[in-house]
Amino acid sequence: MKISVYRYNPDIDERPRMQDFEVEPFQGMMLRDALLEIKKQDESFSFRHSCGEGVCGSDAVNVNGRNMLACVTPVAELGRSIKVRPLPGRPIIRDLVVDMTQFYEQYRAVKPYLVRNDPLPEQEILQSPADRDKLDGLYECILCGCCSTACPSFWWNPEKFHGPAALLQSWRFLADSRDQATEERLDALTGPYKLFRCHTIMNCVEVCPKGLNPTRAIGHIKDLMLDKGI
Amino acid sequence: MSIPTRHFDALIIGAGGAGLNAALQLASADVRVAVVSKVFPTRSHTVAAQGGVNAALANVLPDSWHWHMFDTVKGSDYLGDQDAIEFMCREAIPTVYELEHAGVPFSRLDNGKIYQRPFGGQSQNFGGDQAARTCAAADRTGHAILHTLYQQNIRSRTHFFDEFFALDLVRDAEGVICGALVLEIETGEPMLIEAKATLLATGGFGQVFRTTSNAHINTGDGVAMALRADIPLMDMEFFQFHPTGIAGKGMLITEGVRGEGGYLINKDGERFMERYAPRAKDLASRDVVSRAIVTEVKEGRGCGPNGDHVLLKVDHLGEDIISKRLPSIRESSKIFAGADPVREPIPVFPTAHYAMGGIPTDRFGRVAVPAGHGAEEIVPGLYAAGECACASVHGANRLGGNSLLDILVFGRLAGKNIIDYVRENPYQRTTDSASLEQAMSRLTRWEQKGEGIPVSQLRAEFRKCMEDHAGVFRTEEIMTEGYERLCELRERLPEVRLHDHSKVFNTARIEALELENMMDVGMSIAVSALKRQESRGAHSRPDYPDRDDQNWLKHSLYYREGDRMDYKPVRTKPLTVESFPPKERVY
Ligand SMILES: Cc1cc2nc3c(=O)[nH]c(=O)nc-3n(C[C@H](O)[C@H](O)[C@H](O)COP(=O)(O)OP(=O)(O)OC[C@H]3O[C@@H](n4cnc5c(N)ncnc54)[C@H](O)[C@@H]3O)c2cc1C
Ligand code: SF4
Ligand code: SF4
Ligand code: FES
Repeated sequence: MKISVYRYNPDIDERPRMQDFEVEPFQGMMLRDALLEIKKQDESFSFRHSCGEGVCGSDAVNVNGRNMLACVTPVAELGRSIKVRPLPGRPIIRDLVVDMTQFYEQYRAVKPYLVRNDPLPEQEILQSPADRDKLDGLYECILCGCCSTACPSFWWNPEKFHGPAALLQSWRFLADSRDQATEERLDALTGPYKLFRCHTIMNCVEVCPKGLNPTRAIGHIKDLMLDKGI
Repeated sequence: MSIPTRHFDALIIGAGGAGLNAALQLASADVRVAVVSKVFPTRSHTVAAQGGVNAALANVLPDSWHWHMFDTVKGSDYLGDQDAIEFMCREAIPTVYELEHAGVPFSRLDNGKIYQRPFGGQSQNFGGDQAARTCAAADRTGHAILHTLYQQNIRSRTHFFDEFFALDLVRDAEGVICGALVLEIETGEPMLIEAKATLLATGGFGQVFRTTSNAHINTGDGVAMALRADIPLMDMEFFQFHPTGIAGKGMLITEGVRGEGGYLINKDGERFMERYAPRAKDLASRDVVSRAIVTEVKEGRGCGPNGDHVLLKVDHLGEDIISKRLPSIRESSKIFAGADPVREPIPVFPTAHYAMGGIPTDRFGRVAVPAGHGAEEIVPGLYAAGECACASVHGANRLGGNSLLDILVFGRLAGKNIIDYVRENPYQRTTDSASLEQAMSRLTRWEQKGEGIPVSQLRAEFRKCMEDHAGVFRTEEIMTEGYERLCELRERLPEVRLHDHSKVFNTARIEALELENMMDVGMSIAVSALKRQESRGAHSRPDYPDRDDQNWLKHSLYYREGDRMDYKPVRTKPLTVESFPPKERVY
């Protein structure tokens, strides 16, 4: 099986190139296995990976134009021609490794932590199963970046538009019955860009390996803003 | 040597649950703290923990920390230190509440309290009925906890060095540890971080075995750093093989699946755990279930065309429970085993999972080693917490749900202790140039060019050797052969060469450094195991099938120099309650 991978090492390469490798497939082979096989043939090939089971979010790559996690993508599903590139729109550090600084900054910008102003109870803060259910489909995000790097609005306005991953987390806290910072969170999202640059193109939903739906979360935030008259 | 140098009050190496919970204490107390991690914090392997964290909250069934303590002591096959265990089981309760307050999205009961599920080795009333002690966020508890801790650290403005690889600890002229030399992976440049106190929180090292539930990054760097700093490693022979890894792959299927009512069957469809543990059955302690599975397969009752695994049956729970309580397990099973548990059983076999041993610490997270043959002494300024440490709360076998607990309780406590330590020791020590040079030699060694063995080849041989010679069942013969083979591999290590000498994000170089660490760690496991002539907890020797409290109720200590062993007594006296004397361990 032939796999074509993106190569660029700033120490030696003037410009990036695609390089073909021949890999022996096996039953149940994931794309990460194939990349590891390539690394065995050429140790200078670099990519991030760790858990191997889709929970750490390290190995998002772009295959044949689509973002995905290498470790949970069976090579058998990728068709005859497999072209593996780094996530689009990010500065390239080396080979498949991109600079995710801005993505993390946007995450931090939405204050992704529970804020509680009331004195804390001696035991747990109570939450009904129905309220807890509202967090499903939100808290599971693994910060892989598949969504934001597939979002056209994020490509064009990365300094101003927070992007789907960060906004999903913003909603994760707005939706949490225990959180007490709704007003501040909404205030921080006003203005024409941070939220409203989303044109519901749905790329983010299509690529999320965890089946999450940032578009819907963004819609919920917009609704809440309208409700509150902001 | 001029190397860029940074100064902090405290340096934490590792951003898993242990490191982040320590950092949170320090940052909230306005102590200047640096957290170094070789991956972005939320990619640490705590993220993979599934089932949950133990605390006697009694939300579902009656419970008390004292029963939790009994189960933990028994689970440890009486090798755990009872003062540390009492402390952990008491602290479990406020620790879980604190996590909940920090935002962890625990699953809930109808009355709004935290959901708790039954896990293996848990009982009410000192060995009575099954308890339900494991607090869970569906089957993504580790993810929920790790992300929450990272989030709260953002709030507390902790200083992160993401994708920095710690090479070695450094000392001042008096020999006191005063920080670490690290490598910025992106630039390939070294940096010195000096601190008044250093905490090792580098996690586990399942990667020393070929088939494991552990991530690629779990290579035991911190424990190897301790070994190189002349600190012995404790109880390294006790490595847990989790009974239910996906057969042939190693990914974990949480014990929570059996907690929710799943059970194991052999090729005859027999629920075989009834024979091995008539009372607890599938929820017997992990060492017991792993041995049962291996025995079933060895005796020809394994499933599949090669008869090399058993099956975990779940479908009778119904799709509702499975998708509500075990959504990730369903996903993993579909992806990696090609089996949807709603319809078909999951093929499973034991997988290398968890290190009970590690860097010896006291109950405050301080690294403590015997001075000569005398009493224990604290290594000033050095702390360890999490899976890399051995406080010893797990002894010879860890109970499910007790590791997240361990990392959180002792991470937090180490943080609190460091606050006091840096207040009492406010002056920064200066790194001795010889010590720095020695640390730098770890890098320069890999600048050697020319032909040699590739890293990947030696790593593959090494991991295979560990799997074959230090697995679930261990005899003198198998282990002696393994030790000799490891010595050979160790001798070949200097012949390994890198071909890629570039600087920017050179992962080949990182893997070479990790290989050195893994081989030191592997050796400590092999030697400690070979020397212990009894069966206790996870250490199972067909040639010494019984536990021998007369001779072996003691902790092992392995020193890198000359592969030397030493021993120290188990602390059988708890803090406030009566001691639990060793008893026969039946489930
Ligand atoms: C699949 C799986 C499921 C589990 N499920 C459960 C469960 O349900 N309940 C339970 O109680 N326990 C469970 N465990 C065990 C538990 O999750 C781990 O023991 C625990 O998370 C370890 O946490 P830690 O903070 O010690 O280390 P980790 O989370 O592994 O973090 C280690 C950190 O150290 C850093 N690091 C390592 N080396 C270096 C270096 N050289 N330089 C810089 N940084 C370095 C890493 O980047 C990382 O940040 C499970 C384990 C696995 C593998
Ligand atoms: S729906 Fe919005 S956030 Fe998602 S990709 Fe489209 S523009 Fe981006
Ligand atoms: S929302 Fe999905 S795609 Fe986006 S970062 Fe989170 S897990 Fe990845
Ligand atoms: S390696 Fe962790 S998500 Fe793929």
